[in-house]
Amino acid sequence: MTECVECGADVTLHDNAEVGEILDCTTCGAELELVERNPPVLDRAPELEEDWGE
Amino acid sequence: MQVGILYSRIRKDEKLLLSELRERGHDVVKIDVRDLQFGLDEAPEIFADLDVVVDRCLATSRSLYATKFCEAYGVPVVNSAETAQTCADKVQNSLALAGAGVPTPATDVAFTKESAMESIESFGYPCVLKPVVGSWGRLMAKIDSRSAAEAILEHKATLGHYEHKVFYVQEFVDKPGRDIRVLATDGDPVAAMVRSSDHWLTNAAKGAETEAFELDAEAKKLVQQASDAVGGGLLGVDLMEVGGGDEPNYTVHEVNHTVEFKALNDAADADVPAEVVDWLETKAAAKQEVVA
Repeated sequence: MTECVECGADVTLHDNAEVGEILDCTTCGAELELVERNPPVLDRAPELEEDWGE
Repeated sequence: MQVGILYSRIRKDEKLLLSELRERGHDVVKIDVRDLQFGLDEAPEIFADLDVVVDRCLATSRSLYATKFCEAYGVPVVNSAETAQTCADKVQNSLALAGAGVPTPATDVAFTKESAMESIESFGYPCVLKPVVGSWGRLMAKIDSRSAAEAILEHKATLGHYEHKVFYVQEFVDKPGRDIRVLATDGDPVAAMVRSSDHWLTNAAKGAETEAFELDAEAKKLVQQASDAVGGGLLGVDLMEVGGGDEPNYTVHEVNHTVEFKALNDAADADVPAEVVDWLETKAAAKQEVVA
């Protein structure tokens, strides 16, 4: 469990969450990036950029 | 083996790969390219002792430079910088396919609104205008009339990045409501699916429905040729069904170098991450043989 950096609500991580994975805050809907696993640290996810893709 | 994964965002695709690699007991080093500085001489320490690096950068620009640096440091990387360079740019992609004799949609490139308009008029309506760099169906325009063409060209020339002033004009391929995505390792198909939609864009990222697809001999041959044309590697080859009779049954519109495969893994019977890791193991083993 950790805190949304946008709204402060509790965010629960699933068991196999990876650093670099994007999570949604179920309270405010913000896209968050997991930047540390132990202990969990979240940051705002980067915005989509024009050259992103496959 | 010791595998480095270059990334800046972990999608389901990367999670599937990471799980498969770890389950097989490989050492995985996650390399967030946002944290690195790439010097000209020495590799960042994190690259030491890696047998192979897999480029999974979400941003094309990062992919191009990071793979270039890997090669400069002597670190084997998939896909290669050459493959990334060719696939990342639709103009280079089209030239590579056409140069290798792979059927691909008729395409013009023009540098001014006026010359682009001449291309559009010569293709007739509808035709298609695409950005030279981009994915997931973004900024693709199906042009139905001269007035629409004028507006889009004006917008691109005025509002766009300089790359949007490279006008990539393509014939509209009247595909049967679907296209085909093939994931291949050095041209060997791992799995294929059709992506179907009522919309003219049938990208999975646009919500197209997916279903497994059985490749025939002609499609397999084209996948191999298309892969070779861009330098090989772990690739997503996109085909459309056309013609028939004496004409080719398919046209290859592009090859993708940081291929996403989560939708394919769900649609097809193949265990895509397992087959990709099988292939990575052979790549790493080949490198060890060369070094020994």
